[in-house]
Amino acid sequence: MDIGDFLAMGGYARYVWPAYALSAIVLVYNAWSAARLRREQLASARRRVSLVQDEPR
Amino acid sequence: MWTWFHKLSSPPHAYRILGRLAPWFGWPALGLILLGVYWGLVKAPADYQQGEGFRILYVHAPAAWMSMFIYVVMAVAAAIGLIWRMKLAHAAAAACAPVGASFTFLALATGSIWGKPMWGTWWVWDARLTSELILLFLYLGYMALRSSFDDPRRADRASAVLAIVGVINVPIIHYSVEWWTTLHQPASVTRIAKPAIALPMLVPLFIMLAGYQLYFGWLLCRRLQGEILRRERNAGWLQEVA
Amino acid sequence: MTQPAGLLESMRLVVRRELTLAWRRWDEAAQPLLFYLVVTTLFPLATTPDLATLRTVGGGVVWVAALLSSLLALESVFRSDVEDGTMEQWVLSGQPLAWLLLAKVVAHWLLTGLPLVLISPVVGAALGLPVGIWPTLVLSLALGTATLSVLGGIGAALTVGIRRGSVLLSLLVLPLAMPLLIFGARAVSLALGGESATGPLQLLAAIFCLAWSLGPLAMSAAMRVSTEG
Repeated sequence: MDIGDFLAMGGYARYVWPAYALSAIVLVYNAWSAARLRREQLASARRRVSLVQDEPR
Repeated sequence: MWTWFHKLSSPPHAYRILGRLAPWFGWPALGLILLGVYWGLVKAPADYQQGEGFRILYVHAPAAWMSMFIYVVMAVAAAIGLIWRMKLAHAAAAACAPVGASFTFLALATGSIWGKPMWGTWWVWDARLTSELILLFLYLGYMALRSSFDDPRRADRASAVLAIVGVINVPIIHYSVEWWTTLHQPASVTRIAKPAIALPMLVPLFIMLAGYQLYFGWLLCRRLQGEILRRERNAGWLQEVA
Repeated sequence: MTQPAGLLESMRLVVRRELTLAWRRWDEAAQPLLFYLVVTTLFPLATTPDLATLRTVGGGVVWVAALLSSLLALESVFRSDVEDGTMEQWVLSGQPLAWLLLAKVVAHWLLTGLPLVLISPVVGAALGLPVGIWPTLVLSLALGTATLSVLGGIGAALTVGIRRGSVLLSLLVLPLAMPLLIFGARAVSLALGGESATGPLQLLAAIFCLAWSLGPLAMSAAMRVSTEG
């Protein structure tokens, strides 16, 4: 099976590829969103900690 | 065992454990999903009736399974949060909802895409798709209820009640929709025609399913870590972590 | 009140209070019924005046209209009590909150569900449903609206403190009510075809039992969240 046949998916290409692409998009989006949430909260926590440390005692 | 459980309710401890667990979920998940996609698209034989089109099964069925599995996880976490008043459990339930809704949407979208070449229409009221649609409504309702409360404690507990009521209803809804589709037999098929499942075709399905499960584990770890940081705004332990 | 009331006594008191209050504002109490009639009228207007055609969807239309009307009424079932502090008293009283809320739902069904059920044969006839199916129609609607009152009560308890919570209430409750619709409408269409509707009716009865036994517990948990916060 050559690459052309593979991409054509026996004629079902315009169904199979969008389905897989959509799945990839959703999975990647969720992964990015979760990592971003954690990163943002970590940065926010760091900022707050440094504020506390810089406060005059 | 219970000391472990109680330790888990301590945020700094939980945060650290989640951080250590995450890579053990994440990398295998990535590997399995890539392997599953390769196997499903390349190695598995084409179906007799549906040709190459049936390969959508490998992204549709795991998504549908996860959508239901995550709802149960969410409800169990919510119940634990309600009964033992564990904030971490409530945070876990909150973290599950958008992920579960994503998988439900994915199941609906891939199911609809699969349906077009099989039945000729973009939508059919078959048992699985209708159940997934109702499940999506349940997820969205849960998320809407959560966001209508300003007080996070109230949001946690109210949505926990909703999740528990919902999870009891899910089998009833599922059964009633199945029953409903068997009553009306139009000319076209009323069920997504399951291809004649031979073992070579099942292997990539299990690989994808395992990959999706581990992926969810990784997501939960990261989201929970984010939720913990957000909820523990002014705690001293943050200094060690940040 | 020198002695705490027993269970039956408290139920009687709550129901009587609700009915008295509703009697004083009977025009408000009649609104869901009016809504029911108006909504049912929409369907022939939107489709066809031909009774033979209407009959094919008549059972479904009656059921959907009954669901929507019940939900409309449920939106405010707890609101005034929460706002004027009565609910807080109930939570703090020695009486089991689940029982008191159950009493309120019973009263609510008597005021809104029951009139819907009683008038549904007339509404059904307007949509071409023959006299022979009236018993099935009435029974299925009675079970369905009663179950919906409990489900809606849970939703109302969850959303009572939320601004403009009425649409959210519908969004939360309608998916849970879909099995009721499936079995109820099916009962009516079986009866239309001259067949026995006991299957779906028994399923409706089973869901009714489940809802009325566990529902009040969920309502009470939800109400505590909404009032204690």
